[in-house]
Amino acid sequence: MTMVTIEAAPTALAYGHGGGGPAPTRTVVAYGFWIFILSDIVMFSALFAAYAVLSGNTAGGPSGRELFNLRSVFVETACLLFSSYTCGLGMLSAERREVGRFLLFAALTFVLGAAFLFIEVSEFSGMVSRGAGPSRSAFLSSFFSLVGMHGAHVTAGLVWLVYMVAQVLAKGLRATVLRRLVCFSLFWHALDIVWIGVMTLVYLLGAR
Amino acid sequence: MDGDARAFDDRSPGVEQQESTANFVSYTVGLGLAILATIASFAVSQTDLLWPPGVPVGLIVLAFAQIGVHLVFFLHLGSGPDNTNNILALAFGLLIVFLVITGSVWIIANLSDNMMPMPAH
Repeated sequence: MTMVTIEAAPTALAYGHGGGGPAPTRTVVAYGFWIFILSDIVMFSALFAAYAVLSGNTAGGPSGRELFNLRSVFVETACLLFSSYTCGLGMLSAERREVGRFLLFAALTFVLGAAFLFIEVSEFSGMVSRGAGPSRSAFLSSFFSLVGMHGAHVTAGLVWLVYMVAQVLAKGLRATVLRRLVCFSLFWHALDIVWIGVMTLVYLLGAR
Repeated sequence: MDGDARAFDDRSPGVEQQESTANFVSYTVGLGLAILATIASFAVSQTDLLWPPGVPVGLIVLAFAQIGVHLVFFLHLGSGPDNTNNILALAFGLLIVFLVITGSVWIIANLSDNMMPMPAH
């Protein structure tokens, strides 16, 4: 009797409070992945703390003001921001089962992410060739750990994106693939959030 | 919620087809706000728009504003019943992040204050 009532009208009160049966798989999967992302952000917070503590210890070496080029940081930020946008639009197309548009947005996301990585790697190699590598000072060690860890995450995201495109091509946009895409988009947007911290704490405050 | 969308669905008990709250407008509004916050951050750090000693605080406020924009418009954290657990987990994560960063900075600043002055080598 009760079962029939709940199935007929899962009320707003019951939903999300255990009423109306278990939560949709998609909600549960996204929640689990969200827990992973938060633990990843806690790991980043340790690197941010190390940078905040060590950023003044240049050991006579170059400081952030001499090393950072804010023009390229601005371009990097724009790349990540627009790749988050195209990733979101790609998710919308995937939910509407529009494979062609999804592939277009996935390609744009990949190109913007790769452009970000290219700028970052050339910035790193320029610093190392000027004798400002990670072993120069505590400031540079913590800088390369923090920014390099974010770059490593972006690299992993690009590999994951290629893998997701291969899954969409091979299996189509069915529910399991869509749930993996939801996890990928959560990951990609979270990387953008970490970059806001890097941009503000490392570059904008460090270049002053 | 149309029929052919359901045909792809692997349904198990409790699974229902859900329309996402996301749409083109919310992503575009989010992008616009994020661009505004980014440009404001660069302007504040590069010009004398703000009273100079207040610039770090201004930059941190702008960073938090932009993170909020990303959470709401890109990650779709809202106040819906589906999101209660996500918000609680986020609150706990923020607590840990706050403890790790401010705790480290506080302890190490205190340590440096109490260090014996060291001669330059």
